[in-house]
Amino acid sequence: MASSDNSETLDARGPTPVEGSGLEVATGERERVAGHTFRAAVSAKNVFLWPALLVVLALSIFPLIVSLYLSVSRLEFQANGIDVRFLGFDNYASLLFGTEQDHFIGVLKPLTPVGWIIVAVVAAITARAFVSYLRGVNVRLLGLLLRAIAGLLLVGLVWLFAQTLFAQGGRPGTLFVTLVYVFVGIAVQYLLGLGLAVLATQRLRGQRFFRVVFLLPMTITPVGVAYMFRMLTDTGKGPFVPLFDLAGLQNFAWVNDPWGARIAVMIGDIWQWTPFMFIVLLAALEGQDQEITEAALVDGANRRQVFRHITLPALLPVTTTVILIRMIEAFKIIDLPNILTNGGPGTATESLTLEAFFDWRTLNLGRSAALAYMLLIVVTLIATAYVNLVRRRVTATA
Amino acid sequence: MRTLFRRRSALDLGPVSKAISYVLLVAWAFVVLFPLYWLAITSLKQPIDVDSGPVYLPGVDFKPTLDAWKYILVDLQSDTVRPYVNTVVVGLSSALIALILGSSAAYALVRFRYSPRVGVIGLFVGCILFTIVALALGAAVPLAVVSAAAVFLILYQTVGRRFKRVLGNSDVAFWLISQRMLPPVAVVIPIYVLFQRVGLLDTRQALIITYVATNLPIVVWLMRDYFSNVPIELEESAAVDGASPYRIFRSIVLPVAVPGLVATFLFVLVFAWNEYLLALFLSSANAQTMPLTVAAQNATRGPQWWYMSVLILIMILPVIAMAVALERYISRGILVGAVKG
Repeated sequence: MASSDNSETLDARGPTPVEGSGLEVATGERERVAGHTFRAAVSAKNVFLWPALLVVLALSIFPLIVSLYLSVSRLEFQANGIDVRFLGFDNYASLLFGTEQDHFIGVLKPLTPVGWIIVAVVAAITARAFVSYLRGVNVRLLGLLLRAIAGLLLVGLVWLFAQTLFAQGGRPGTLFVTLVYVFVGIAVQYLLGLGLAVLATQRLRGQRFFRVVFLLPMTITPVGVAYMFRMLTDTGKGPFVPLFDLAGLQNFAWVNDPWGARIAVMIGDIWQWTPFMFIVLLAALEGQDQEITEAALVDGANRRQVFRHITLPALLPVTTTVILIRMIEAFKIIDLPNILTNGGPGTATESLTLEAFFDWRTLNLGRSAALAYMLLIVVTLIATAYVNLVRRRVTATA
Repeated sequence: MRTLFRRRSALDLGPVSKAISYVLLVAWAFVVLFPLYWLAITSLKQPIDVDSGPVYLPGVDFKPTLDAWKYILVDLQSDTVRPYVNTVVVGLSSALIALILGSSAAYALVRFRYSPRVGVIGLFVGCILFTIVALALGAAVPLAVVSAAAVFLILYQTVGRRFKRVLGNSDVAFWLISQRMLPPVAVVIPIYVLFQRVGLLDTRQALIITYVATNLPIVVWLMRDYFSNVPIELEESAAVDGASPYRIFRSIVLPVAVPGLVATFLFVLVFAWNEYLLALFLSSANAQTMPLTVAAQNATRGPQWWYMSVLILIMILPVIAMAVALERYISRGILVGAVKG
């Protein structure tokens, strides 16, 4: 579902096969390609790719269709079995406009001046990007249409977001709480991971120790991490209680404060997933050719210049990949808010997946599937936009 | 020799930045290790020591005991060992299979050009929908599948050749990663039904298959980047010497990409090792894995912190051992040496 037919939008990143490299297969011609026959190359092409595709396809297509079906129906569990009734888009409508709007999107209130400023700034930036696309050389109807839709969606989302957060009495729902988790979490994780990876590749003693230690949080099962943070953040018997007392915060219970609880969830998430960024970037840094860096340093460049102009550009492909992977995973955050705060206070820390899980536990499978599909739509939109934007950046600098 | 020495020293840090680096490294190590220290001492506490407020140093402000360790490892031996073995078997085999299938697919996406036709994909999806409608209307399973396959083949041979619009390699890759976008809550029931039909519920095979499928996209994406850094000249010269694509992949590309392979292996191992929700559904007594055992310590009397700590610690020990053993492969020089050699 995600492979849009606009092939231009998605051939965003990553390496393209090197043309005329010899391994490239000239279609239609039966010639000797790079030392082996065309037939051998074609069969290798299939043997390399298809096993992976088939395994993924076999386990993904059935669940995808079943949950799509569930999301437009209501299931009732009766004595003689399950009664499935077709509802159309009622499940989606109740989330977006109906009884569940407060829970899913949030409580909407008129904007404060700060809210208006934020919306106006985002709208202006979007409009500017759109205009600069129109002025470009390659304007196509489909691309224009998709960009217009994406821009309107973005501004609309920010407008809704501002109404929940930058408004008197507004309250963000699970959608925006999840977005906050994802974007704050990934920004902090990437910066920390990059910094640590750079530090861990310097020529210092004891690097092996640090590398293994930095990997540790990721190796703990998420459920275990969640319980561990519940232990650590306990306001009565956790290890930081004396520190809180010293700071005069005896009466501050983070569990009862919406932002306190959200920050606790984010700290747990950052603690656990920074190692992922760290290890991928470390492997990429270690794979880089040191001679260029050495030569630049010998020629009098300072470290900041080397980092900015040599190291960082070389890390770009792998950076886009880790951020995309972490983004997709982070949208599914569930264990931490579930175990740490049970979604509370109220629904302040509830993520989208957790809301779907609660619905699912109360056997409201239709709404749970509808929530899952809303998540899928949001992630697909953001991932596609991300891939597009990044590609333009990458091609612009290269 | 002398120039070599001087270049090396260009990479060394000055004393001030060296000190700052150490401070930062130690600071983050503390952030990482303190929660683990807390787990370790909690596993040595009596319930009363945990509940009476924070105590920090075993032997100083509380008396350490091995009761929790004894309970988990001796009294509940069979309940601990079975999920432990399951976790090891499922984790290692699914990570290995995912790494093999995923890295070859990643290599293919880097070095070959694929151009699936949009129309053919549409045909394929249409035939799957056809099968599902047929099944819903009460057709027999073999009949529906065979007729759908026949329809697909006929249309593919006739209409399929006329489609012009094609997708590229990155569309294939994006499709793969998009398979991770649905949350497990949404896919767990269909997958449960799937494995129930084929009679694989509560087996390690079911978990292995599921984890291979869920981890493959990550392997493909990560390995794609590492493979694209492998200089193509190596492969070209091997191909000119008459090596087959498989041979080139196995004896040239894979050895050069070892750092990436090791990092990726650690990831998928960790993901499979720690996965909770799918395991909760696909396994009960026989194939139960450790995350379920950890979560089960949240009893009606509240979480049993001491048992939980023991379980988490014994769960991460093998992964740490593996990380220590594999860490040196993620280090400088392997790639450079191979290219020069």
